Amino acid sequence: MADPGSAGRPVSFRGGGFMPKPIGLVGPVVFLAIVGVWEAGSRSGVIPPLILPAPSEALAALAHLVETGLLWKHLGASLQRLLVGWSAGTVLGIAVGVSIGLFSLARAGMAPIVAAIFPIPKIALLPLFVIWFGIGEGSKIATILFGTFFPTVIATYGGVDNVDRSLIRMGQSFGLSWSSIVRKIILPGALPAILPGFRISAAIAIVLLVAAEMIGAEFGVGAYILLAGSLMATDELIAGVVILSVMGLSVNWSIARAERFLLRWRM
Amino acid sequence: MELRLDDLHHGYGPVEVLREIDLDIPAGRIVCIVGPSGCGKSTLLRLIGGLELPDRGSVIQIGEAPADSLNPLTYIFQDFALLPWRTVEGNVRLVLEDHGFARGESARIVDDVLSRTRLSEFRDAFPRQLSGGMKQRVAIARALSVSPAFLLMDEPLSALDAQTRELLMDDLIDLWTRERFSAVYITHNLQEAVRLGHRVVVLSRRPGTVREILEIDLPLDAREEHAGELETHRQRLWRLIRDEAQAAELELVDG
Repeated sequence: MADPGSAGRPVSFRGGGFMPKPIGLVGPVVFLAIVGVWEAGSRSGVIPPLILPAPSEALAALAHLVETGLLWKHLGASLQRLLVGWSAGTVLGIAVGVSIGLFSLARAGMAPIVAAIFPIPKIALLPLFVIWFGIGEGSKIATILFGTFFPTVIATYGGVDNVDRSLIRMGQSFGLSWSSIVRKIILPGALPAILPGFRISAAIAIVLLVAAEMIGAEFGVGAYILLAGSLMATDELIAGVVILSVMGLSVNWSIARAERFLLRWRM
Repeated sequence: MELRLDDLHHGYGPVEVLREIDLDIPAGRIVCIVGPSGCGKSTLLRLIGGLELPDRGSVIQIGEAPADSLNPLTYIFQDFALLPWRTVEGNVRLVLEDHGFARGESARIVDDVLSRTRLSEFRDAFPRQLSGGMKQRVAIARALSVSPAFLLMDEPLSALDAQTRELLMDDLIDLWTRERFSAVYITHNLQEAVRLGHRVVVLSRRPGTVREILEIDLPLDAREEHAGELETHRQRLWRLIRDEAQAAELELVDG
């Protein structure tokens, strides 16, 4: 023990930190600074226009797309493929994932196949799908569907596996029917695992969409970028990339909104 | 309606959990089952309610359940088992939905049990917003909504802190005094057993067998005034269990 006469000193603080806080304006400022430097570099001739066009030129290309109405043609074609392929893959994926989660036979039969096919980059199957479903919409949608299906299956059955068994026993102890237990306990309980699976499957779907559109499509963002690349029209190419970025951001934003609504009980 | 346990045996693989349990469970009273941890108390309760099948012997229901009983054997769980994505009201409604009530009728039942458990103003809250004691009251409301003939309570107060436990014990005593429900009440807390039990069944260490049955004749709502007598009962129970609890403590979990 210290003798009562000594003055003592405060205990030094060693907690805190490790908690990044949001800072409002930094993001936009950094973004604008990069675009500004890029624009300046292009105008002064440091960056040759053939390698990388000025942001203003890319913007002009985008404006041209809007004026001619081609934007909606490309975007419409892409969104339609994305929506049909992703929805079909998701619905099938959830159905198969739930069966693997619930039935021993489905699990024994399908889980190994799913595990074997899941890691294949589905782009590798694209040529095969072209042979099977033709060069038109069929092969594109099939690729997206296939790419979406597997991550959804894995997220879903992982989610079903993780549903608290004591809640299921509770349902049984109150005499709930099998379908009530599945609909009211297992599916909502698996939802926190299924929704993050949507983010992964949506990202995969966009990659596959662009890849599929680069093989023989007249319209679509991927076709537009490929054409711009072969004509060395880098301003149009960058415009196409911007469209993809906006598309990805919107998809993520929608999923985040859906999560916030459907999982509001978790906050 | 009464229950009779007839020569119940149960085990998990090579581990024998319960041996030769013969027990009569009367209506209108609370039967507490106590014993050292791992003696198979909770297993016994799962057998009684039909959530598990005994290796040998049977649980027999004597007499019919009252006609208005939707779910004669109804559990109250230690971990509450509330659906986190449903509100208080939704959690109660869950167990009525399969019975094909008209909307008005099930709303009436929900209103009734929520007011009996003093939860009416919390009906729109999600479980995460409630304290442990409130969650258990929701679980009690849910159990009451199906008019059980027997409440099967698996350490209902064990997940709660000491103060909440006292409050909820008073609630249960009030409820019993009003409604005279029948219950099997599993606990490792001897204080709870002597406060709530009309009959206390002492199980031995694994494999669990019935070691002793203690009748406590004091009315539930008068027990607080007879603290001395309750303490004598408690000490007697503790003497019965202590050596076994100590031995159970020293066992390897997977032994």
